[in-house]
Amino acid sequence: MDFYSDSEFRDKTPDNQTLFKIAQNARSLIIRMVYKAKSGHPGGSLSIIDILTDLYFREMVVDPHDPNSPDRDRLIMSKGHASPALYSILSLRGYFPQELLMDFRQLNSKLEGHVHRGVPGVESSTGSLGQGLGVAVGMAMASKIKNEKYRVFAILGDGEIEEGSIWESLMAGSKYKLNNLVAILDKNGIQLDGFTKDIMPMGDISSKVRSFGWNVMEFNGHDFNDIERAMDFAKQSSDKPVFLIANTVKGKGVSYMENNPKYHGSPPASEEEFEKALNEIGAKSYEN
Amino acid sequence: MKTESLRDMYGEKLVELGKKHSDIVVLDSDLSSSTKTGAFGKEFPGRFFNMGISEQSMVTTAAGMALSGLKPFVSTFAIFLTRTYEQIRQSVCYNNINVKFVVTHAGITVGEDGATHQMVEDIGLMSGLPNMKVIVPADSVETASVMDYLVEKTKTPYYVRLSREKFPVINEDGYEFREGKNTVIRDGSDLTIFASGSMLSFALQAAENLKELAIDTAVINVSSIKPIDRANILEYAKKTGHFVTAEEHSIFNGLGSRVCEVASEEYPVPVVRVGMKDSFGKSGKSWDLFDYFHMGVSDIVAAGVKSFREEKKYETIS
Repeated sequence: MDFYSDSEFRDKTPDNQTLFKIAQNARSLIIRMVYKAKSGHPGGSLSIIDILTDLYFREMVVDPHDPNSPDRDRLIMSKGHASPALYSILSLRGYFPQELLMDFRQLNSKLEGHVHRGVPGVESSTGSLGQGLGVAVGMAMASKIKNEKYRVFAILGDGEIEEGSIWESLMAGSKYKLNNLVAILDKNGIQLDGFTKDIMPMGDISSKVRSFGWNVMEFNGHDFNDIERAMDFAKQSSDKPVFLIANTVKGKGVSYMENNPKYHGSPPASEEEFEKALNEIGAKSYEN
Repeated sequence: MKTESLRDMYGEKLVELGKKHSDIVVLDSDLSSSTKTGAFGKEFPGRFFNMGISEQSMVTTAAGMALSGLKPFVSTFAIFLTRTYEQIRQSVCYNNINVKFVVTHAGITVGEDGATHQMVEDIGLMSGLPNMKVIVPADSVETASVMDYLVEKTKTPYYVRLSREKFPVINEDGYEFREGKNTVIRDGSDLTIFASGSMLSFALQAAENLKELAIDTAVINVSSIKPIDRANILEYAKKTGHFVTAEEHSIFNGLGSRVCEVASEEYPVPVVRVGMKDSFGKSGKSWDLFDYFHMGVSDIVAAGVKSFREEKKYETIS
């Protein structure tokens, strides 16, 4: 815990190398969580983890010791199946002890299978797709109504945006000029049943969302320089909400999981696969 | 009997309470002139949000506002809110947050607009949700009191069911709504009619008619459908031994079902349910539809006679 203690990040911004180490550490926790639970969603957790690392360790104004502080930035994990990613990053950031992660999906644990508000640092329970962006819209509107300064981030899946409710919320975000709202699309190209391009081709997402009145930018969701560039772009918006399209790889960091729909919702299938995943992540060198 | 609009009262109370509570916000989906939230919008334009014909967005946005410490009231027609059932379940009830759903145009008193707009399954849907409470005010006086109660005393999800038509004013000035408590409007010793909403005035008329048949009938207003007043139902099971339920809703999963649940668990007595019998509504004049669907005064009387003649099937367990 000491390695990522709050003092480390209170006064200085971590460099890309440090962020990479934290992300790899989170990756190993994700693998351990789903392997221990014998269930869960590693693919979409591994694709979003670099972005989450940047958000919680560099971008967002948060205080793990005061998780309900009124002026904190909010994050809604609209793709609530990426709970291993959010839980592991919250734990590494100091919201709760790492040991709790290994009770993921167990009966007496708060770490529900999908993102649960009972967990310190979690703003809203999610899991049924298409709702988190609306919740984020409401939070961003509340920030303006109450004349507060906090920003709101929502993480969406690219399968998730097949839900019509997402497009309702895109309309609302634009109408209310929510420049304090940043939606981040984890565009890994895969959903439960296969590739998004086969299941429901969305075409040019960038122009679709732009035509809904949002500022849009695409970036590489695994490159910390590019992530930072996207976050800087988001800060510049004066009267529009921001939609960042992260090009990502489902299962990123574990060769046999990469671009394989099977690992959307399945843990490593054997001890051998489990060890292989940890080796490829370099778990031994990055875990603290 | 004087009649008053429940939704007009809702609109007036929103404005009144909005003056005192700056954290009240109101969301509507293009029906604010019918739900009467428009008055709040005129008074407090910065706290009123017309979300367009996008109910899913309306409900999740309200959830985000409640999670940020505001007190959102969400309004549309009953029929259109239920299309967001899952948003209500996940984003509001599972989070257990302070979102108030006040719907209008519930039941068959929508009248001429017909079956597509007559929602008679909503109480069942909403009562099934953990953390959700369900209230059906019987008149404008009760509507006003419910609004005070919601704003002053509660922080969790509520579903309040209002109607299009004006209803007779039955509760007296100064009446105070009490969650989980029935109100005995008229006492009796042979039969009890549990009624909600529009059916309360019909039930009172039916009780008068039953008196002529020498059946001394109690009429009880059940506005708190969830939680339900178990003690009162048990008391009247013992006291009168015969029940009728009357509601402008399906006989499935509404007031009738709740009363049957309590009676069968606590003290079984014959129950005859008056309501929509597994059917959709129909276009027509609101008050004609009650007779058409066998929910009028004479139908309640017939139900009363049937229940009263029914032998108690179980020995008293005391």
